[in-house]
Amino acid sequence: MADLEFLARQGFAPDAGPPKGLPDEIPITLTINGERRALHVRPWTTLLDLLREDLSLYGTKKGCDHGQCGACTVLLDGERINSCLALAVTKDGSELTTVEGLAGKDGTLHPMQEAFIEHDAFQCGYCTPGQICSAVGLLKEGHAKTREEIREMMSGNLCRCGAYTNIVDAIEDVLAKGAAK
Amino acid sequence: MQQTSMHETHVGSPRNRVDGRLKVTGEARYAAEYTAPDLAVGYVVSGAIARGRIRSVDTKAAMAVPGVIQVFTHQNRPRTAWRAKAYQDEVAPPGTPFRPLYDDKILYSGQPIALVVAEDFEIARYAASLVRVTYETEPHETDLGKLREKAYKPPKTRSGMAPPPPRGDAEAAIGAAPFKVDESYRIAIEHHNPMEMHASTVVWEGDGKITVYDKIQGVQNTQSYITHVFGLSNDDVRVLSPFVGGAFGSGLRPQYQLFLAVMAALELQRSVRVMLERDQMFTFTYRPDALQEMAIGANPDATLQAIRHDAIGCTSRFEDYQESVVSWSAMMYRCDNVTTTYKLAQIDTYTPGDMRAPGAPTGMFALESAMDELSYKLQIDPLQLRLRNYAETEGGGGKPFTSKELRAAYQLGAERFGWSRRNPVPRSMKEGRELIGWGMASGMWEAMMEKTSARATLTIDGRLEVGTATADIGTGTYTILTQIAADALGLPMEKVTARIGDSSLPMSPVEGGSWTAASAGSAVHVACNAVRETLFKYARGMDASPLANADIGRVAFRGGRMELMADPSRYVTIQDTMRAGGVDRIEAEETAAPSRINQLRYAAYTHSAIFAEVRVDEELGRVRVTRIVDAVAAGKILNPKTARSQILGGVVFGIGMALTEESMMDHNLGRFMNHNIAEYHVPVNADIHDIEVIFVEEHEDKINPLGVKGLGEIGIVGTAAAIANAVYHATGKRIRHLPITVDKIIGEKEAA
Ligand code: FES
Ligand code: FES
Repeated sequence: MADLEFLARQGFAPDAGPPKGLPDEIPITLTINGERRALHVRPWTTLLDLLREDLSLYGTKKGCDHGQCGACTVLLDGERINSCLALAVTKDGSELTTVEGLAGKDGTLHPMQEAFIEHDAFQCGYCTPGQICSAVGLLKEGHAKTREEIREMMSGNLCRCGAYTNIVDAIEDVLAKGAAK
Repeated sequence: MQQTSMHETHVGSPRNRVDGRLKVTGEARYAAEYTAPDLAVGYVVSGAIARGRIRSVDTKAAMAVPGVIQVFTHQNRPRTAWRAKAYQDEVAPPGTPFRPLYDDKILYSGQPIALVVAEDFEIARYAASLVRVTYETEPHETDLGKLREKAYKPPKTRSGMAPPPPRGDAEAAIGAAPFKVDESYRIAIEHHNPMEMHASTVVWEGDGKITVYDKIQGVQNTQSYITHVFGLSNDDVRVLSPFVGGAFGSGLRPQYQLFLAVMAALELQRSVRVMLERDQMFTFTYRPDALQEMAIGANPDATLQAIRHDAIGCTSRFEDYQESVVSWSAMMYRCDNVTTTYKLAQIDTYTPGDMRAPGAPTGMFALESAMDELSYKLQIDPLQLRLRNYAETEGGGGKPFTSKELRAAYQLGAERFGWSRRNPVPRSMKEGRELIGWGMASGMWEAMMEKTSARATLTIDGRLEVGTATADIGTGTYTILTQIAADALGLPMEKVTARIGDSSLPMSPVEGGSWTAASAGSAVHVACNAVRETLFKYARGMDASPLANADIGRVAFRGGRMELMADPSRYVTIQDTMRAGGVDRIEAEETAAPSRINQLRYAAYTHSAIFAEVRVDEELGRVRVTRIVDAVAAGKILNPKTARSQILGGVVFGIGMALTEESMMDHNLGRFMNHNIAEYHVPVNADIHDIEVIFVEEHEDKINPLGVKGLGEIGIVGTAAAIANAVYHATGKRIRHLPITVDKIIGEKEAA
């Protein structure tokens, strides 16, 4: 897939004929960080682009746009997903939590956010929102009990800065305190 | 020197990152995350051939898409500087920089050939797929292995990159040495792949003025690039880069998305953002491969007699990129006969560039592998071999070191690792189906400092702001500058704000080379000291001042007060002092520069001793790095917490280099095949097990007022070699070509 797209961009795509205008926008409703929103989206818009480009919710990051890095991880109805792989129109009626929605209204950080700061579980911070959402999702799943399992089940979230051991420390800490939501 | 030693200082203590909250809440903004009411989005069309020219570009279909504003190509691009030199940025290597959309020439595969600008991202991306291009191809060459005969000595040396002069007679000494290793080594081309893709948002402010949010390691480098290329003045261009989502060197030079975004914004007179796709992250700079020949000769008593290290690095056809690959071999150990050569060969790619410790892990992989091979020939413990040839001065006969506690690093690292329990025989340790191996290596990196300015402003509300135009690419710059400033005036860190990543701040070079803590840190330190002295003058001049006759060296600045060390009950507050002096702010701008005399007299390096344990499943060819101990001697550690993270990051980079990272070139197409991060394997969490970081006590008082040496690079330097050596110990297979992938483990024969 990636390569077809790459070739297409280089002018090797089969001739698509003249464009016939843009696809229509479709109405959907999403609850984002507790707020219900009525939106109009084109079918080609991913959840990730909807968040970043249309709603200026830049906390969710784009690191590949191909489901390879986890930077775009959000919680969809409580489960972690790669928002770059989800078309917004297919998620009508869903509830979405992004990194912006993890802290309390009063600014109290989520225990996972606290633990990330305390354990220095990031450097540049670009993978961090995805790591944190993923970690929150992981604990909710309830499968990871050991460091080994945390490592394995957090391996969809790349960190080029190499903060992995600290990320595992942070998650283990939250797990031990039983503070995960 | 400042006298805060009576109390716990921030410097030297583990502190959480001051930007931590912004990063965990998603509020930290990166280059593509700024917007403007009139924002348009640009999407880059990448070229398909490796060499030749564009015969035609058809943009009609793209232009017909509703919402497309313009398609820029070499045919309709606005005029920019005509002199190639204008495109040379602060850290450009010798040569003629790549100029996007300059003409119809194709210099490398993936070269940007058009920019589609549209009302939104999806439209731009779709329209980009409709641009039709035909080419006239010319033969290309991307295979360094075929270019040995064409290698040349770069006519113009990149500053500081000349290989050291030869000493003694290496050839004769190698010939005479009873024990020797003479082998070839190679690494793989690697791409930086920071998690944030390169991006620039250019906000059109009207009147020919722009504000640029760029992914860059030096805002002033971007600013001067823009002013030179587009003929603007510094007042027209403000560059901001408060957060950088990793860079590792890819953000040292302004990259092509910046040029394209600025060009479009100026031409369209509206705001434009361009963010690259992940595959386009493989269409500019990278860590070059090198053909390396390494020979070492030793006497039976394990003393080194000779070292010869020759390298041919790849570069582009348009610039002579150079890095320090071979110089380490002349400096690391005591040896009288050393010769090194460093040449280049041109391939049809973009110019390679600095990537985390440029040159060092490449050269040290060869040197430290060869040392390991030699240890087996001599039947001496690899650590003993290094100690036997320990250099007390640079290379054993050169300049003295400003400080060097590598011996302590070897010792502490070995103790923590349990090295003394190692059975030297390869394949002697096994558990279940896995062979276990222990290997070690040394690392070194130059401790540099660059001239940098900073401003410090103390206001009557008791707040201190410090600023310099450097960057924080995840290194912790914000945090250490805050610590340094807080200590200088005895304030809590919450009262201090560090501002960086803004071209309007005092002058700073790009953030790189591990020099930022030393450079920006020293600049902030001297600026704060100037504020401190002014403040103290006011304090002495106050009516009935308890400090009237005091010497600044006998006064402690703490808790927002200045108090006599001998009698802390005699004090004045900062606020009262400023009020009495009739000022509501005290500001100082100062410049810190390295001591030229010390630079001439001494050699300054960070060092490391790195120990690795691997487990190898020989049947599957799988290697796991289960344990690393990295003992680092790097002078003063400003913040043990963020410092440790720096080393962890470097080690993880090294594990990637050793085992998985490889940009694979299809020499037929002249293109990197695995241009995505599913096939270019950056280590993931499951690849990383225990990493222990030790900072060795090292007193450093010559290179800068803080005694800091920098940590961004040293973590990676010896890591790949230590792992390769451990793989040998586990399996008896000597792999001299990184990365050590499954096929090599399975395919390689055991060494005789
Ligand atoms: S951006 Fe979604 S996985 Fe990388
Ligand atoms: S913190 Fe930089 S990529 Fe993870």
